[in-house]
Amino acid sequence: MTNPFAITLDVGSSRANHTGSWRVERPVYVDRLPPCNDACPAGENIQGWLYEAESGNYEAAWHMLVEDNPLPAIMGRVCFHPCETACNRVQVDEAVGINAVERFLGDLAVEKGWALPEPGPDTGKRILVVGAGPAGLSATYHLRRLGHHVRLVDSAPRLGGMLRYGIPAYRLPRAVLDAEIARIVAMGVEIQLEHVVHDVEQERRDGMFDAVFLAVGAQLGKRVDIPAGDSSRVIDAVSFLHQVADDDAPLLGRRVVVYGGGDTAFDAARTARRLGATDAVIVYRRNRERMGASGEELEQALGEGVTVRWLSTVSKFDGDRIMLEKMKLNEEGFPEPTGEFEQLDADSLVLALGQDTDLSLLEHANDVNVRDGAVEVLDSMMASPSGIFAGGDAVPAQRTATVAIGHGKRAAHGIDDFVMGRSAEAKVRHELASFELLNTWYYADAPRTERPELERVRRQTNFEEVIGGLTQDNALFEARRCMSCGNCFECDNCFGVCPDNAVIKLGENMRYQFDYDFCKGCGICVKECPCGAIVMVPEHN
Amino acid sequence: MLRQIEGSKAIAETVALCRPEVVCAYPISPQTHIIEAVGAMVKAGTLAPCEFINVESEFAAMSVAIGASATGARAYTATSSQGLLFMMEAVYNAAGLGLPIVMTLANRAIGAPINIWNDHSDAMAVRDSGWIQLFAESNQEASDLHVQAFRLAEELSVPVMVCVDGFILTHAVEGVDLLDQSYVDSFLPPYEPRQMLDTKAPVSIGAMVGPEAFEEVRYLAHLRQLDALELIPEIAREFFESTGRDSGGLVRPYRTDDAETVVVAMGSVLGTLKDAVDARRDLGELVGVLGVTSFRPFPSEAVRDALAHARQIVVIEKAFSIGAGGVLSTDIAIAIHHEQTLLRTVIAGLGGRAITRRSLEKVLDDASRDELAPLTFLDLDQGAVDRERARMQASRRSGPSAENLLRDRGTVSPKIPA
Amino acid sequence: MTSQRVHFYQVGSFAVGNRLLNEDERTVQAQSDRTNSIDSGHRACQGCGEALGARYALDAAMRATNGQIVAVNATGCLEVFSTPYPETSWRIPWLHSLFGNAPAVATGVAAALRAKGNKDVRVVAQAGDGGTVDIGFGCLSGMFERNDDVLFICYDNEGYMNTGVQRSAATPPAARTATTEAVGPEPGNNFGQGKDLPRIAMAHDIPYVATATVADLHDLERKVERAMELRGARYLHILVPCPLGWGSASDETIHIARLATESGLFPVFEAEHGVVTSVSHIRRPVPVEQYLSLQRRFAHLFGANPRPDVIAHLQSMADENIARYGLLQPEMEQSS
Repeated sequence: MTNPFAITLDVGSSRANHTGSWRVERPVYVDRLPPCNDACPAGENIQGWLYEAESGNYEAAWHMLVEDNPLPAIMGRVCFHPCETACNRVQVDEAVGINAVERFLGDLAVEKGWALPEPGPDTGKRILVVGAGPAGLSATYHLRRLGHHVRLVDSAPRLGGMLRYGIPAYRLPRAVLDAEIARIVAMGVEIQLEHVVHDVEQERRDGMFDAVFLAVGAQLGKRVDIPAGDSSRVIDAVSFLHQVADDDAPLLGRRVVVYGGGDTAFDAARTARRLGATDAVIVYRRNRERMGASGEELEQALGEGVTVRWLSTVSKFDGDRIMLEKMKLNEEGFPEPTGEFEQLDADSLVLALGQDTDLSLLEHANDVNVRDGAVEVLDSMMASPSGIFAGGDAVPAQRTATVAIGHGKRAAHGIDDFVMGRSAEAKVRHELASFELLNTWYYADAPRTERPELERVRRQTNFEEVIGGLTQDNALFEARRCMSCGNCFECDNCFGVCPDNAVIKLGENMRYQFDYDFCKGCGICVKECPCGAIVMVPEHN
Repeated sequence: MLRQIEGSKAIAETVALCRPEVVCAYPISPQTHIIEAVGAMVKAGTLAPCEFINVESEFAAMSVAIGASATGARAYTATSSQGLLFMMEAVYNAAGLGLPIVMTLANRAIGAPINIWNDHSDAMAVRDSGWIQLFAESNQEASDLHVQAFRLAEELSVPVMVCVDGFILTHAVEGVDLLDQSYVDSFLPPYEPRQMLDTKAPVSIGAMVGPEAFEEVRYLAHLRQLDALELIPEIAREFFESTGRDSGGLVRPYRTDDAETVVVAMGSVLGTLKDAVDARRDLGELVGVLGVTSFRPFPSEAVRDALAHARQIVVIEKAFSIGAGGVLSTDIAIAIHHEQTLLRTVIAGLGGRAITRRSLEKVLDDASRDELAPLTFLDLDQGAVDRERARMQASRRSGPSAENLLRDRGTVSPKIPA
Repeated sequence: MTSQRVHFYQVGSFAVGNRLLNEDERTVQAQSDRTNSIDSGHRACQGCGEALGARYALDAAMRATNGQIVAVNATGCLEVFSTPYPETSWRIPWLHSLFGNAPAVATGVAAALRAKGNKDVRVVAQAGDGGTVDIGFGCLSGMFERNDDVLFICYDNEGYMNTGVQRSAATPPAARTATTEAVGPEPGNNFGQGKDLPRIAMAHDIPYVATATVADLHDLERKVERAMELRGARYLHILVPCPLGWGSASDETIHIARLATESGLFPVFEAEHGVVTSVSHIRRPVPVEQYLSLQRRFAHLFGANPRPDVIAHLQSMADENIARYGLLQPEMEQSS
């Protein structure tokens, strides 16, 4: 058809008019660091594995998870999840239950028998890892993936360190622990148990190791000087929990007082309840707000009948009575004695006042600096230029299993660089995806899925696991609560909201591209991007 | 088939023979009988397929026709007077878009004062719109012109208005030889649009055109009308050859060959004029009549040829441009462009005033004595005009002239105080 | 009441697409092969709500009819910015006639299709608010009354924006336009005037009347789809913010449309044969200030000489809408 002149036009001819020339600012896609990833001490790409989990690709999610952390079923139980504290969703409704999803993936992997990645091609390098707790296990795993030979030594008869000897079974079932450790062992690790390293330099020379990773933990319970009539009825929490883990629980009597306010204190009190104590009383010199243990832990303990005496110190234990002194907080928040006393009936006293590290093995390692009972390390976890690295509770950091796992990974890469003669590459960290960058309108309203708790009565009398796992349905649901802060998750909003059709959809998992021939720079895509993955930048010229 | 039939009915039946697919109608006297009759045929199913749309205004009527025509349907409507003015924006638009709509205009005066009777003011108001305007002399021609109009419109992609004197023709019952369907079908092929809304070949129709191309668009429309100057006589000839009827064409000269005085007019008044001319010819006076059938496009050359020998031209017009004079006269003046010819304009028949034989004879008498003024208002009641002028002079609040004149004539009860 | 299904798939059903949704549950706009009925290169202002609304609606209509749409367009911004010679942005058959006659032209198109026995091709007519509530109102009412098979879409930007932001009968009270200046004791547009066209349309008892905004694409597309399931006269009134006329930032277009509904000033609902059949509940209620303060046309209500009385009056209008249509979530109503 020949169109009548001028009044009738052929379709789509306006594409000749490049409206991009109107633009003074252009939108650009960016990736930002999600707060969960930023907060994870183990360096997990949480958002990444949630992305896979949201799609129901659990195996892919798990594989991405174990890129960083080989113990997800364990950490899904014991991690204090700073990721959830940092989660932007807190400001919408509640944080995403990252920890629960992690556990779900970890458990599913155990159930399905998914294998960790194959070890890397053999480098011929030999690494000694001292301590088979979370830091040592993590380092071992990453070193094996890098192709290095690993000898893992531990003084205890079994692998796991504090995971086994510090965390009660009702929080971390031994089957789970064993399964995840076995997967690492299956990568081909030389293991030496019940072996105490007295002199690390000697050990290294004897075994011709190219590098050493010290992950000896903090196994010594701190003692304080408390006048006690019968010292046999005073025990430190670390020893207590260790003995329980060895099926050799000490007899504490009906009335157990635990002195301290950290996680260990609560573990001890809850364990005492399970061993038959009718009264398990935590005595803590500060108040609830300043307690070291998590609120979650406190709630669970209270639910099991544990009681807490806040703002109190133990001043005397005469065998069946404890003298408490009441405290008050001064302006700086430190507890000060008041001179007021009260008595508490007690059959035993458990001290949970912190732990020290046994660093005697470093006596001949002259170039390792030890300060305040901890080994000083660089970012690479290197403690000595001769190739000694350290991590976990032995170095100055928060003493948690997650931090230890992160140390293990970092040390493994540090060791790898060292033994392969490479200099470490500086990592580029993206800008943080803060809440203000999000358009949370688009996220559906949904409450967080609560992990079912076992009946309180049941958990007072046995060591069955307290917290249940997610079902497949609610794990999926929970994963989908992730807002993908700072990283495109292909919601098509930019593609849809552009009045100028100036966004090109590249296809699944390939995201989008701007068509700058037509983009007028209105910025709607930036404003309506749910996850803050687009920015406007000034147009040059 | 010759039938005694009302003009409106004859037009309606002829339109139906043209198989319009969409007819839209908004009633206005004196067009009503036409659309009533078409509506009845659609309702009865004798005209099918056809959508008869009762719209809410003439503006909508023409707009519906625009939509239908742009969708490739043969579209028809009819109107008059105020209705034409109310649809005027759409009238221009239909032409601008080149949509071959056919519309009957039952010519009627335009208010105020409101007046339902015949004159040509309505047609003159849209003469520049880009429509082809054909004036019918009789009901036979009115009917025949519609068939030719569709053919013309669709061949050129230009809308055509068939102008029929209101009441005088539309409501007159006389003998009309109606065409038969098979003839119309052979004369008028199915509508093949030059452009249309088609999901298989989408286009944008009705673009905004700026100074860079607007003049060309207008000039192209002009050329299409010039094409019509060729096509109109061709179609009329073909029609004549097959029917024997001399309907349509550009101009209709009557005894003009040797005429010293030629009277020019459009529409039904031509019949009366021919009678008058015949009588004067019998007395040896060299007079003739030129009927203009195609007012737009204006057939300047045909007019010039027909008037080549005339010494005096008298244009009788049923409309005029207030403050200037004759409308048709202006076009004729431009067409003949030589100053030695006397050109006289007679405004007649406004608002339905009867143009009597007697009055026409007076005009021709004056003309024969070279006493006709350049601009004459036929049968003007000068006394009434003078009295109203005096009233206006005397009083600021002299009241509405129309009512004053009626009162002056005694048509309104004298009880209503002035 | 028709359901507004919201899937909890990360962004649920709020975002344009969502890789977690089934293909057929995603919007038309999420599809790479959407029609783009109005294509790139059009000359709409940055952030134009009307350009967006038109693509949303027509692409949805194209999907609903398997590509069998012809469109009639009234004079106005949409027409001017899409078809300046020698370029058109339309990819569908499109006709522009006049400012006030789009409904009647559409009637003619529908009549022609019917006469030709073509049941597949459907007609959409579109106009701005001026072409709908003012100059086109007579033709629109006639089209409704005859129940012609036309979906008429009004892209409401609450004024004559193409001619330089003058007042229409859809301009809200207190809004400043070039013909309702923010001067005098009652600055901006008068209270108590204007036409509520969706309700007028409902009074015609036509098969379908609905309102929508560019802020809720799923809802808009569902309504177009519903409209195309029905025959007869259908009316869709879409709020399309105008950065130029409203004095808002070009990136705020969708946000402002959302606030219009969340404040209750623009009720989103649908009606069949004159009876309301569903309403979009307010998800996160906001006071009208939040909506007004983003627009310079209401700037005279804030700033140095604030007019809390006028704002309160506007709030009461929003409250009346909330009450009339029951815009609050049932649980919110209980708690309020």
